Amino acid sequence: MRFLFKTDYEDDIRLFPHSGYVVSYGLLLAVLLIAPYVLSSYLMSQLVFVCIYATVGVALMILTGFTGQASLGHAAFLAIGAYTAAYLQKYNVPFPVYFLAAGVLTGCIGALVGFPALRLQGIYLVIATISFAFIVEEILARWESVTNGNEGLRIKAVSLLGVTVSRDSPTFYFLCLAVLVLTIVGTLNLLRSPTGRAFVAIRDSETAARSMGVNVALYKVKSFAISAAITGFAGVLFAHKLSFISPEMFTLQLSIEFIIVILIGGTFSLHGAVLGAIFIVMIDPFLTYLKDDMPGIIAGVAATFGAGAATVANIQSKVAAFASLNGLKGAIYGIIIMLFVLFEPLGIYGRWLKIKLFFQLFPLYKRATFKRQKIYVKSERNR
Amino acid sequence: MLDFVQQLVSGVALGCVYGLIALGFVLVYKATEVVNFAQGDLMMLGGFFAFTFIGMMGLNYWIGFAGAVAAMALFGMLAERIVVRPILGYPQFSIIMATIGLGYFLRSVAGMIWGTDDFKIETPFSQGVLRIGSLVLAHDKLSVIAATIILCTLLWLFFNKTTLGTAMRASSENMLAAYYMGIPVKRVVSIVWAISAAVATCAGVLLAPITFIHSNVGLVLGLKAFPAAVLGGFGSIPGAVVGGVLIGVIESMAGFYLAEGWKDVAPYLVLLAVLLLKPEGLFGLHARKKV
Repeated sequence: MRFLFKTDYEDDIRLFPHSGYVVSYGLLLAVLLIAPYVLSSYLMSQLVFVCIYATVGVALMILTGFTGQASLGHAAFLAIGAYTAAYLQKYNVPFPVYFLAAGVLTGCIGALVGFPALRLQGIYLVIATISFAFIVEEILARWESVTNGNEGLRIKAVSLLGVTVSRDSPTFYFLCLAVLVLTIVGTLNLLRSPTGRAFVAIRDSETAARSMGVNVALYKVKSFAISAAITGFAGVLFAHKLSFISPEMFTLQLSIEFIIVILIGGTFSLHGAVLGAIFIVMIDPFLTYLKDDMPGIIAGVAATFGAGAATVANIQSKVAAFASLNGLKGAIYGIIIMLFVLFEPLGIYGRWLKIKLFFQLFPLYKRATFKRQKIYVKSERNR
Repeated sequence: MLDFVQQLVSGVALGCVYGLIALGFVLVYKATEVVNFAQGDLMMLGGFFAFTFIGMMGLNYWIGFAGAVAAMALFGMLAERIVVRPILGYPQFSIIMATIGLGYFLRSVAGMIWGTDDFKIETPFSQGVLRIGSLVLAHDKLSVIAATIILCTLLWLFFNKTTLGTAMRASSENMLAAYYMGIPVKRVVSIVWAISAAVATCAGVLLAPITFIHSNVGLVLGLKAFPAAVLGGFGSIPGAVVGGVLIGVIESMAGFYLAEGWKDVAPYLVLLAVLLLKPEGLFGLHARKKV
């Protein structure tokens, strides 16, 4: 086990605590850079979605994971970013300009949402953000001169420095990857700054933060604005990737998906946002695989165990019928969410930390290290 | 004027439906501080159970109704035991996510079992109308209003006058202290989930003649019932019904008098405005954390 000796403040806030981090993240980046030349086009497309979802996940992590303000309205911010891009593109605004404009506009709207949210907490805040998202969805459907209503808007490919970047090209993937990496590095820097520490203080105890001199209202609004702005950037990429946007893409369902991203990844670390995004996006290819290949595989297993040909065919058709049931995806989603909340509340990244610690401390690992405290008193739960 | 009264009554009837679903949220919240996002889906499932008993098996309406309520009460206990009990005491966010997951699951499973069509239950109230002067009131809407008033009164009496109700309020304040005082907290929580599922079933069955039952009805109505509960102040039984009625009336008035599109947005705008002025809702109690 490695022990880090921190002799001054700079050591404590270093981005890469030791050389191992540089090596492993460098390797990861190298793999991601050669990915488009190795993977199939379908997987590449999924990888672009992973980047976009992870960017939103990081944004939501700032708000929910680090400031402790739950939001079920992030699809609305994504929509505002996407529509700003589509609208400005019609007037031949260059990509870098509308990219920034989308982020700034979404950030301003996020701050506006943040103000009413100052007085709300817990379930009231969740409902307020859901209401906001509904209102935005309805505006998108009704403000036809700008959004083209329910017919939706087409959006042309990115044109960067005079080059047209199609949505399936490796260049577009690199663009998304760059946005994701910049977001993550920026967020890491934010979190080690006074602002980031104020966020975490507010999450842990608003009352304590206030008595330490943190301006709670200011930092909550800041957190909303930053989170919304990042989501707005992701929205531009989302619009370009889909090349067509309409109001029914940005429903509560999408907001819930974003919350699932950080929940499944682990709500206490940026790693969680990326892992959760991988999980959510890759569930689709996995289900397709389940639908296509599972019946054959299970039938094959049955045949090896000596089942007759008629039984095998029967099993195969039964499994195929089950795999192609309509609501299967929703049911699997539901089960996954419940299982994570019940058995792995720290998410995938939490599981990884547990496994790592288990091997580091090998015979001495205690389960209680990661045990969360239960609070049974009502007044303690309000903060 | 007549239009206004007609809209008012249908708004109140719709609002009572929201209120009935909101009552279920509030019950669970009052007893355990758990926010149950799957309440609308419990209602949908209750409606499907009633449909199975009445529509498919051909039982008498009232027997089918009672059967569905009993079945759903058991189901509520089961859901509590499996999904909620292990995470009681954890932050609200975990429980919200768990119930969202439960809702997803129930919706998809109901879709697999009963398909995605609309279903209708024949009720004794389906046809009749009540005429007062030139005002025409349909029996099915009146039945919803009456049932809401009865259920709300019963639940209020239950919570404030009976020993079990007092035990529920006590376990909401401080589960550990309630446990030390000899209150069987686990059983209390189970019972409150059973009651809440039963109330949801009543909502589902009474709703069946007005909006048909399909696997997504819980999501649609649940999302209206939530603002209702929040508007009334989460944790207040009369507040849930008042909030529901307000939302229903606003919705039907906006649908009648304002341009298209306002109908769906108006309740949320009112909700946001109320939350800005009174963050704890109309009847909510403001609890402060002691340091």
